[in-house]
Amino acid sequence: MATIELLKVEKRFGELQAVKPLDLTISDGEFVVLLGPSGCGKTTTLRMISGLETVTSGRILLDGRDVTYKHPSERDVAFVFQFYALYTHLSVRQNIAFPLQAQGEKRELIDRRVKEVVDILRIGHLLRARPGKLSGGDQQRVALARALVRRPAAFLMDEPLGALDAELRETMRAEIKNLHIAQHATTVYVTHDQIEAMAMGDRIVVMSDAEVQQVGSPAEVYYDPANLFVARFIGSPGMNLVNGHFAEGLVRLQGTNRYAVPPAWKKPLAQALEGREEVVLGFRPEAAHVNPNGALSGEVYASDMHGGYTVLHVNIDENEIVHIRSDRQTSPAIGTPVRFDLDPEMVRFFDPRTEAAVRREALR
Amino acid sequence: MSQVELKGISKRFPGVQALDGVSFAFEHGEFFVLLGPTGAGKTTTLRIIAGLERQDQGSVLLDGRPIDALTPAERDVAFVFQQYSLYPTMTVYDNLAFPLRSPLRKTPEAQVKSRVEDTAEKLRIAHLLNRKTAQLSGGEMQRVAIGRAIVRQPRLFLMDEPLSNLDAKLREALRVELKHLQKTQGSTTLFVTHDQIEALTMADRIAVLNEGRIVQQGSPVDIYDRPATTFVAQLVGTPRINLLEAGRNGGTVSVKGSGLSLTAPRLPLPESFLLGIRPEDIRPEPKGAFLGKVFLTEPLGVETILHIRCGELTLLSLVPGMAAQRVGEELRFGILQEKLHYFGLDKKRITAE
Repeated sequence: MATIELLKVEKRFGELQAVKPLDLTISDGEFVVLLGPSGCGKTTTLRMISGLETVTSGRILLDGRDVTYKHPSERDVAFVFQFYALYTHLSVRQNIAFPLQAQGEKRELIDRRVKEVVDILRIGHLLRARPGKLSGGDQQRVALARALVRRPAAFLMDEPLGALDAELRETMRAEIKNLHIAQHATTVYVTHDQIEAMAMGDRIVVMSDAEVQQVGSPAEVYYDPANLFVARFIGSPGMNLVNGHFAEGLVRLQGTNRYAVPPAWKKPLAQALEGREEVVLGFRPEAAHVNPNGALSGEVYASDMHGGYTVLHVNIDENEIVHIRSDRQTSPAIGTPVRFDLDPEMVRFFDPRTEAAVRREALR
Repeated sequence: MSQVELKGISKRFPGVQALDGVSFAFEHGEFFVLLGPTGAGKTTTLRIIAGLERQDQGSVLLDGRPIDALTPAERDVAFVFQQYSLYPTMTVYDNLAFPLRSPLRKTPEAQVKSRVEDTAEKLRIAHLLNRKTAQLSGGEMQRVAIGRAIVRQPRLFLMDEPLSNLDAKLREALRVELKHLQKTQGSTTLFVTHDQIEALTMADRIAVLNEGRIVQQGSPVDIYDRPATTFVAQLVGTPRINLLEAGRNGGTVSVKGSGLSLTAPRLPLPESFLLGIRPEDIRPEPKGAFLGKVFLTEPLGVETILHIRCGELTLLSLVPGMAAQRVGEELRFGILQEKLHYFGLDKKRITAE
């Protein structure tokens, strides 16, 4: 068990800044997800924590101990990769026992620990098999068992579910989270999949362009994204973001739509914009409610039945399409006029100049 | 008359029966999706329709006439692949113009220009016309590939997982574009995918293919609400449907290993069967009839997946928003009885006789 502290950790590859100076404290037992598109610096950050990559500057502390220049084997962390990296010529049991054998542990202890982890991961029946004969999910379970058996201070996982198909990914996602709830080992988990990040993380570190965009709980990054990038990246579809002009309590959107700003937002908005009018109105698809007397209007561009619900794509002006999540009964034809309202509690605003969210004083 | 009809198509490759008596038909202007897992025979079906592969048995009809003897070019269908297959050294304009300039068609240049520009406009790639395709992003390349198919107004579009190499956001965006385009153009499209969300959201009708056979055909609502087999029930819907072993005793249905019991429906239920419950039909309610324990929560933002431990079973429940429930809490819940699915031990849906 361990806390992990990153102090102004930075990585450059020649001219390229892969990770800009980054500060992050991960508490003992926490499950933190590094989330972002490919090339954002998340994997490099994880590799620096593990010691597989050196830092250009900054310090890394593990339980207060400076490990910045320690070899990976001296850091007491276990790494789980997207590709299982199992020894194909060894049995499942030998694979799992390997890290303990390498440490010269006694036979008795090895047997006991192996039994413990295979019970947790429910792979006892596979012990004699060769990894090559197993399904992708079982191979990843073996890789997890091998990481777990050492009882490291922290787990570092790099897209461990990336190679699995959608269905298995869902199952393994729940299994890894259960494992974490049972073991409470500090975990840093890298993914580009926002659903995985939301479902698994105690906290999410959203990264883009080598920089942290926001650190927060799933609820914080979902309801109160720090900027336009996070608003777009989290959610499927992402937050609707519509350009407009703010004046006299109204946001004038392109075309004829006018949105009356909820009273609680008027002052913060005026303060944040400092007299500028350009503003971005943001709302999640479920914050919009179709209503024949709704204040906003558009026409149906497409409608998607997703099984349990429908997503309406509504054109509110030339090439400005917003998504509205609605119940399944409605499947209007293309071109049908639609009116809708926004839940005032779920409306957000962004300053297009800085791309940052406008904050109310008291957030929820 | 159906525009396209497949009659008893069978195809064997060495060691594997790829297609086994596949029959389906779709109409002019329809968006028809062939949905199935890898290896189901989807691509083979497309290739047979296009004339790139020859079936062992059965016949393909276009507007009521067999086309089995026609060459691919004579069939006048356009194929869009998963890989873009563009000419990297040509500009977007020349890539789009290519099918029109083919010696078979010999379209006058003025007409080529107007069709290319019109197509580029529809796909929002007009600003890219002078670029080399090698300089484009994945999404732009796929738009060009789609553009090249629609530029010449063929009788039929065949699309083989055209979106599956794109990232999630882009896939979503192009899915909508493609559907809008298809609806406004009224073009007939056969679209192949393994992605159930693509099938549900885009299709007018879906045929589910498994191991070379059609398992079910119907509208997305049919497929989702009345899956014909447990295979279909598990293929569509995320998170997956809860599929539980159950038994009937008089007027009561009891779920094995859970202590859950429900009122038996008016259906000819055997003593043992499988009960399917979609996660959104399990709802936490303070006065719900059932009791379980929260085992895991997965907050996705717009909704939360609750894993509810009930006896030896774990049930998945899908609730709106960020659920307040905490792991370890006891939870009362209700089940929407009218939405339940019953399957025999032969995996087939049990319906009223």
